Amino acid sequence: MLAWTIYISFLAALLLLLLPKNNAAAARLLALLAAIAGFAIALTAFIHHRTGELFTVTRIPWIPSLGIEYHLAADGISLCLVLLTGIVAIAGILFSWNIEHRTKEFFAFYLLLIGSVYGVFLSYDLFLLFVFYEIVIIPKYFLIAIWGSTRKEYGAMKLALYSFVGSAMVLIGLIAAYVASGIHTMSLTELAQAHFSPHFQLIAFPLVFIGFAILAGLWPFHTWAPTGHVAAPTAASMLLAGVVMKLGAYGCLRVAMTLFPLGLSPWGFHILGLGSWRDVFAVLAIIGIVYGASVALVQKDFKFVIGYSSVSHMGFILLGLMTLNQIGLSGAIIQMFSHGILAGLLFATVGRMVYDRTHTRDLSALGPMNLNKAIPFAAITFVIAGMASMGLPGFSGFVAELMILIGAWRAFPILALCIGLGILIGIIYVWRAMQKAFFADSGHTEVVAHREANGHHIPSTEALPPITLPERLGAILLIATSITIGLYPQILLKLIVPALNSPLFDGIRRGSWQ
Amino acid sequence: MTYTHLLHLALPEVILVITSVIVLGVDLLILRNSATKTRFTAASLLATLGCAAAIFHLVYAPQRANLLNGVFLSDPLINTVQIILLVLSIFTLLLSTDSTFTDHVGEFVTLILFATIGMMFLVATEDLLVLFLSLELLSLSLYILTAFDKRNPRFAEAALKYFLFGAMSAAFLLFGFSLFYGFANATSFAQIATAIHAAPLNPLIVIAIVTTLVGFGFKVAAVPFHFWAPDVYQAAPAPAAAFIASSSKVASFFIFFEFMTIALNDASGGAAWRHFATGWTPALALIAAASMILGNLLAIRQTSVRRLLAYSAIAHAGYMLLAIVAHTPQSLSALLYYVTTYALTTIGAFAIVGAVEQQTGSDHLSSFNGLSRRAPLLSACLFVFMLSLAGIPPLAGFFGKFFLFVAVISTPGLVWLAILAIAGSAVSLYYYLQILKRAFVTNPDDDAPLKTPPFTQLVIVLLAASVILFGCAPNLLIR
Repeated sequence: MLAWTIYISFLAALLLLLLPKNNAAAARLLALLAAIAGFAIALTAFIHHRTGELFTVTRIPWIPSLGIEYHLAADGISLCLVLLTGIVAIAGILFSWNIEHRTKEFFAFYLLLIGSVYGVFLSYDLFLLFVFYEIVIIPKYFLIAIWGSTRKEYGAMKLALYSFVGSAMVLIGLIAAYVASGIHTMSLTELAQAHFSPHFQLIAFPLVFIGFAILAGLWPFHTWAPTGHVAAPTAASMLLAGVVMKLGAYGCLRVAMTLFPLGLSPWGFHILGLGSWRDVFAVLAIIGIVYGASVALVQKDFKFVIGYSSVSHMGFILLGLMTLNQIGLSGAIIQMFSHGILAGLLFATVGRMVYDRTHTRDLSALGPMNLNKAIPFAAITFVIAGMASMGLPGFSGFVAELMILIGAWRAFPILALCIGLGILIGIIYVWRAMQKAFFADSGHTEVVAHREANGHHIPSTEALPPITLPERLGAILLIATSITIGLYPQILLKLIVPALNSPLFDGIRRGSWQ
Repeated sequence: MTYTHLLHLALPEVILVITSVIVLGVDLLILRNSATKTRFTAASLLATLGCAAAIFHLVYAPQRANLLNGVFLSDPLINTVQIILLVLSIFTLLLSTDSTFTDHVGEFVTLILFATIGMMFLVATEDLLVLFLSLELLSLSLYILTAFDKRNPRFAEAALKYFLFGAMSAAFLLFGFSLFYGFANATSFAQIATAIHAAPLNPLIVIAIVTTLVGFGFKVAAVPFHFWAPDVYQAAPAPAAAFIASSSKVASFFIFFEFMTIALNDASGGAAWRHFATGWTPALALIAAASMILGNLLAIRQTSVRRLLAYSAIAHAGYMLLAIVAHTPQSLSALLYYVTTYALTTIGAFAIVGAVEQQTGSDHLSSFNGLSRRAPLLSACLFVFMLSLAGIPPLAGFFGKFFLFVAVISTPGLVWLAILAIAGSAVSLYYYLQILKRAFVTNPDDDAPLKTPPFTQLVIVLLAASVILFGCAPNLLIR
């Protein structure tokens, strides 16, 4: 049944292409229905499989001569991320309700992307996983290049090439693992038991990990993320930050760390105080957290603030993965979920609610518009999303970051201090952006007067169209999800913990080097 | 063995010869004064019937034979390759049904048939003499096909260049072959193999290997023997360019593999990283590496889609040469899968380029502006072809690369070549996306829908469907 999340999305994408021209309303409705159907299936599975253990959805031979199977399955982690995809997909469509330019193509690419994302989360054959992972690249490119803004062709191409280079690295690693195992299978569960030689793992692990981490925005390979996010249309940035970056993190955990756990073991020598790949990636993750937050602090473009904040938040996920303890890993997965929701919400507020109305994202230009009066709903949404993103208790971000912090404290006590710095800067940049964009009425009157004197056109706030119903629904859906997880994280933990205790993660858990 | 027996064995080829005579006769005697379009349709359909009959014979009356120590062979593998060649020829013929670029219709179609006959013999032999003869039959037909569009003197120049380079490489090949013959006192692959087994790296053999590599390298357009490719791809009429880029590649790669692995197996040496051993594999590995790097980098700078496809073909030749470097049974099946799907994709791509050219008069990237709104169906197919060439799953091009890389990495020490190839294919996404960007992102300069004959569209859609089908179910081809 769960497999239908993929098929429905692909079928709907195909149907959309066959729709008669100039039928935007029908296209929207069809896309929304497909997304809701996917979400409903995901939710049903989420409720049904409360144990979090691995269950097979479909398993048939695909290319028998190479031992490749069409193997879809899910455990607690997959279920959480599939549910996330369902929620963000619906919200993304609601926030794209105003797309008038080549509507049906937009939603066709959109659903192609969604379907492949579902596919990645559900694949337990590495070949199949890779197939879905690569399909994701193409719709991303076109969504940004056709419907994007600010330097869209550059952003789209950069993103496509970064992703493709990443997946090329993954492909080399996967084929090497396939050949080295000698067991003629691409099945994740079987390869995880293959016991590759430690030497091989030390080489293959960083290759595959970096390959996936490029898509997860690991510093210094993150530069595609801010440009891509800013160039993308709202729904695409929501998906990009919300689920596509999670694909990278998921691949790191599901493929790199599961197949090559010994790649995390110490090298036996130290360079610059780093003694293993685990140290290297933990440090890079923390640099990402602090760097992303600091850069977000000085941005003039509202969307770049959110773009860099994504880099910072993704750093938390990668750090959580590197803690290698249960609380840190669970935190990382909850952070994937939480950031998926919150990044979606933030991009929706900035890209759809504000930019589509004011046609500027310059923070200093937004200030004089009195947005908190003109579109109060947007202001409230941003305040809530900002608080959640800062990690205020009661929201999902708090639970996730707290767990990662505890995990990191146990694993890398000194580095954990730096995270505190990252969180602090996180509070400041959200505060700054919020204040500048929505609540800057008093201090800027002089600027306004000055600009008017110079003949600058200041858009009158009355002219801004009101927030529409689809936008309200989308925002409420995302906020409600974040609060639910924040108040009752047990919903996700119940699924995640048994999954982390499954034999699949034996290699990480054994962790004999600790 | 009698002549009837021989004729019976070579019946598919005989059918094609008879077909070509019929095509010439019908075109010159009956349709002399009809419109060019009618003549093209009639000639292509007749030739298609002939090819179909040959396929029918190969499928329903397959034979096993080995005449005169490998002069003429027939076994299931060879029959499969012949069927693939015939199918590719049929696609080329069907795509030329609506052409109008020449008055010499009968000759054009006949030459395609002659080239096909050459290829059929080429893949069915393990003998130097027949190999050379059939290669010349193929090459001479291709030279003329390239020069067929006489409306532009530049095209004649390209054909002349092709011919001169080709003649020289044929001379190299023949020189190498004569050394092999002098050394082994025989022309069959098996006897050469025995002679080489006795004295693997005799200086004479080294020279023979080098000149042979030059000859074959030219046929498959590998660096540094690639100079003809961009000009020919640009100048040849679209169906001829598609033909040169597709079926002739299939035949050349197959016989290249067979010759290297059967005749020269004991002189293979080793191409493992930092453990190079003298022989033909290190030389071929270098040629392959140079082709992948140069082909991909030069393709980035092209503004003519045909030249872009030519440089990408050089890069693809580099990938395919890896299969020969690996020379395992697994890599042969990977090579065949790759070259077949690549050929289908290239024919489709050239068909679309031809259609766009017919309307806009140029194959410049800008003629593809906004194609998705002028010809939605064609651009959907272009989408499939380009992404398949770039190696995006679930299209056939990706599986071709995957099988190939698995075969290469399975061979000890060749990981460096696979890494180079995978890096190259990451670069290639850039230029394939450039074409798609023009088609899907850029706004059209001219909103008029592109008029393409429905039959051509049907053939292109069939090609795209086969690329998707072989991608989703690769075990249809892999045996």
